[in-house]
Amino acid sequence: MIYHLDLPLSSKDVKQLKVGDVLYVTGKLFTARDKAHQKLAKAKNIPFNPKEMVLYHSGPLMKKTKNRWQVISAGPTTSGRMEKFEGNIIKKYGVTLIIGKAGMGEKTKNALKKYGAVYASFPGGAGLVAAQTVINVPAVYWLEELGMPEAVWILEVKEFGPLVVSMDTRGNTLYSPKEYI
Amino acid sequence: MKPMDEQHIIQGLVFLLKKAQTELPSDVVTALKQAYKKETGIAKIQLEIILKNITLAKKIKHPICQDTGMHSFFITIGYESPYIKHLKKLITKAIKTATKEIPLRPNTVDPITGKNHNDNLGGQAPFIVWDFTGGSDVEITVLPKGNGSENMSALAMLNPSDGITGAMDFIVETIRKAGGNPCPPTIIGVGLGGAADSVMNLGKHALLRPVGIRNSNPKIASLEKQLITRLNKLGVGPMGLGGKTTVLDVHIKTAYRHPASFPVGVVVQCWANRRAQMVLHADGSWEVK
Repeated sequence: MIYHLDLPLSSKDVKQLKVGDVLYVTGKLFTARDKAHQKLAKAKNIPFNPKEMVLYHSGPLMKKTKNRWQVISAGPTTSGRMEKFEGNIIKKYGVTLIIGKAGMGEKTKNALKKYGAVYASFPGGAGLVAAQTVINVPAVYWLEELGMPEAVWILEVKEFGPLVVSMDTRGNTLYSPKEYI
Repeated sequence: MKPMDEQHIIQGLVFLLKKAQTELPSDVVTALKQAYKKETGIAKIQLEIILKNITLAKKIKHPICQDTGMHSFFITIGYESPYIKHLKKLITKAIKTATKEIPLRPNTVDPITGKNHNDNLGGQAPFIVWDFTGGSDVEITVLPKGNGSENMSALAMLNPSDGITGAMDFIVETIRKAGGNPCPPTIIGVGLGGAADSVMNLGKHALLRPVGIRNSNPKIASLEKQLITRLNKLGVGPMGLGGKTTVLDVHIKTAYRHPASFPVGVVVQCWANRRAQMVLHADGSWEVK
């Protein structure tokens, strides 16, 4: 099935998605890699609401022109590096969609099932195709502290895709068992 | 060196970096197009987006991937070149300029504190491998490499009795375990022989050989062919989502080894095997290819 969905996904949206479905999403993403995950895991208060958005494993290449941030390239990073945090992040922040590449491990698979969330893939390296769907960069958090790749960037996207649902709420995955996670 | 020369050479080096980041070599693009023809379903979708991204990068002159990587330089410098003393400094300046101008993602961080100085420089960054030759020309090859793939690279110090069979099995196992992490279809650089440090360098150097070109030694060429077949039977496929194409090519480079060890270095490169070459002449003129 091919879906065109607005973000955040409703619980009905999430449940109907199955591995192999193709997805185009419109709404807000927040990027988070290793360091942002470490912070999110520990934080008591954060300056944005993950529930309203999609968690995007990405460290974008950004450029500032006339006080405005522009996305140059924003493909996904390897999701496996975030495996040790993700189960707790899904539970703590109510994330319903994670976009990344190369899939995640058992803990995340179980959390997706338990809390009702899905994982979708976009090809690594296709940063320009992804960047073309970004229509606005409303905010950036922790830039000074974490640096450009590790900061949390809020990206407003229109029809970001085609994403492939590769881990669903039923515990199905398109990936072989992950050994490097 | 005259200041005019310095500016002109830095411009050339920035152009070299931009070419590497925005235009994938034609041998890699051809191999990806062949893979696209072979695949179906989800694997085909992955390659379709990848090919679209490559076309877009060339057109709008933006980096192919947001991970603009760490920079390895392979330099063969003529003894008579007037730039021997200056080249390292010029490359450093060019990277700083390119980071702002192209732009590149600032990727180098302090190994202990993780602090990013936003210039893609630092201890051993860029990493430069020097070689020397006659004449006054300098041949500079840059290989910007992302770390989704670099993280999947592996070293084995095998027993000599494990031999070639052991080495082949180790390479296949490394790629199987890597799954989709290194952004397949990948290009695999393999070092055989040497020592723990040099074998990894051989593997990285092997990535400079164009896709589809076999080792000139027929015995090694045959090993490469066997590996390509075995690796593509793994079924990892484009981006690890399953398919016929796990690797685009395997390149082996060898060095003589100690009789007590059999070093194997596997350097995994993502589909975006970015590389570009420049020749710098004694009069300061240059060509980028």
